[in-house]
Amino acid sequence: MKNKKSFVGNLFSRTYRSRTISFLIIIVGYILIELLLKTGNLSSMFQSLLVPVTCYIVAALGLNLNVGVSGELNLGQAGFMSLGAFMGICVSGALSSAIPNGLIRLVIAIVLGALIASVLGFVIGVPVLKLQGDYLAIVTLAFGEIIKSLINNMYVGIDPNGFQFSFVENKLSLAPGGKMLISGPMGATGTNRIATFSVGVVLILIALVIVYNLIYSRSGRAIQACRDNRIAAESVGIHVANTKMLAFVVSAGLAGAAGALYGLNYSTLIPAKFDFNLSILILVYVVLGGLGNMTGTIISTIVLVLLPELLRGLQDYRMLIYAVILIVMMILSNNEKVKNLLSLLHQKLSFGKTKEAEANE
Amino acid sequence: MAFLSYLINGLSLGSVYAIIALGYTMVYGIAKMLNFAHGDIMMVGAFVAFFALNSFGLPVVVSVILSMLATTCLGVVIERLAYKPLRQASSLSVLITAIGVSYFLQNGAQLLWSSSTKVFPSIIASGSLRLFGGALSISYLTLVTITACIAVMVCLTLFINKTKTGMAMRACSEDKGAATLMGINVNRIISITFAIGSGIAALAAVLLCATYPTLSPTLGSMPGIKAFTAAVFGGIGSIPGAFLGGLMLGVIEILAKAYVSTQLSDAIVFAVLIIVLLIKPTGLLGKKLSEKV
Repeated sequence: MKNKKSFVGNLFSRTYRSRTISFLIIIVGYILIELLLKTGNLSSMFQSLLVPVTCYIVAALGLNLNVGVSGELNLGQAGFMSLGAFMGICVSGALSSAIPNGLIRLVIAIVLGALIASVLGFVIGVPVLKLQGDYLAIVTLAFGEIIKSLINNMYVGIDPNGFQFSFVENKLSLAPGGKMLISGPMGATGTNRIATFSVGVVLILIALVIVYNLIYSRSGRAIQACRDNRIAAESVGIHVANTKMLAFVVSAGLAGAAGALYGLNYSTLIPAKFDFNLSILILVYVVLGGLGNMTGTIISTIVLVLLPELLRGLQDYRMLIYAVILIVMMILSNNEKVKNLLSLLHQKLSFGKTKEAEANE
Repeated sequence: MAFLSYLINGLSLGSVYAIIALGYTMVYGIAKMLNFAHGDIMMVGAFVAFFALNSFGLPVVVSVILSMLATTCLGVVIERLAYKPLRQASSLSVLITAIGVSYFLQNGAQLLWSSSTKVFPSIIASGSLRLFGGALSISYLTLVTITACIAVMVCLTLFINKTKTGMAMRACSEDKGAATLMGINVNRIISITFAIGSGIAALAAVLLCATYPTLSPTLGSMPGIKAFTAAVFGGIGSIPGAFLGGLMLGVIEILAKAYVSTQLSDAIVFAVLIIVLLIKPTGLLGKKLSEKV
């Protein structure tokens, strides 16, 4: 009995509280949405947002690991998503006759999407992580643009003889029974839409397990040490490059997995979708949710994806208001008076809690 | 001869990038922020010039001056309303605010002027200068663009090195605290920097639209990213660096389009940037800052 109590207490202890809340939000949110879906109370517009939201959350969690925990500004998250998405589409297309079960194909696609993005993350990370600050940011931006540009010029088809590749110009002549998977700037067309909301939620849970286990581990503390003071971290024997690489690769892998899910949610997908603006969008989710705060990332992603839809009543003005809200939120969250007010509120709340706890004892 | 003509076209495109990059780099040097809305300020300048020329039929010079005044005011207002409250905030908060401003300008422009593309009127006589017995022809537009870029560069260098305000700007970029102690009004200097950067962005906008005459609310985003790249390429915060970076970026882009592939030119430009940064991690003319322990 005593053990059980301490286990629950441990879940809500200062260290693990945010992890527990993150998992609770996702699980409770999933149950609520499933209930709404079952009772038919969710409009088709919101239904169409369910899978993209899960994708954005996973990509944002990865980016938060990179920007918030590791402290390196990455402006190329969309590039990794793009890679995962088109890898996923190719895998799913190639296996469509071998494995008719959509769920298994989806899982394979996500795993391979994550894998290829992590491998590329590692290859890019070797040169990128030698740079610092804004220079590192621009190189990730450059890699994102390069990936977009390359996929924009890639033609992939499949026929009974296997995969067919062509670059810059479409020179593919597929044997009968073959089909195009990626056709340059037109992107992927006729993709089987096998992505489901449940898989998205499971992917978020997996991402949370990975991210939190990493943060609470020895490596995670090393990552934060490198962020807070590179030289001090080096002096206690932490290999800064390897440590930062770990965060970068995990972040890229999560983006790849998110991309694969995203790609398999639409029947057509153009490579230009994964541009600089998408990277920025995900960065906005991360910064608004709070750097290094995974719960905040989840909440801010959900709110910011829903916000333009909720503002739809304002028609043309909605994106303008979205922009104003973004600016005002940034200014308010950095305002001394608002900060003091918030900390006062927090103090009062936590003070009330301790009193309660004392009264209980 | 074909190579020379590509090179000159590249210099012309590079001049436009260089002028935008100068704005980026000045703001970065003094306010230490990446002003992602810079490309969109440029877009507003292009629209103001378009309406001055088309709807009011004003002469070219008046239109350009009008659009420069408009963006100057816009830059100062944006700085006052959006960036000034964030002086003490983390650089990421400022970055997100700049992105918010960028969204605001793009969507505002879309509401005001609709998202349909407009055709920018030609502003410079369409003749060309023939050299080497007609083997090499340089359009007047190209000449004007390159001359304008050099003029802006020379004026800025003189302004920063010879005037009192310029000296104050250099002081602010070195050490804001010390500059304040010397009686420099740092806030005023930051406003002036935004004013100059935004003003010359309008000039770049007119030159860009004279070469590629399609006008839309998203006009500023790609040149904005390219100019940002150019500024980093040359070493962000360094004015000659932005000039050099912009010119080189333009030349590389045009040569890549001519000799390798039109579709892959962007990829090549960014690949060159990465290689340069790997060899010189602070850009071509950037200062190497040693870290204090």
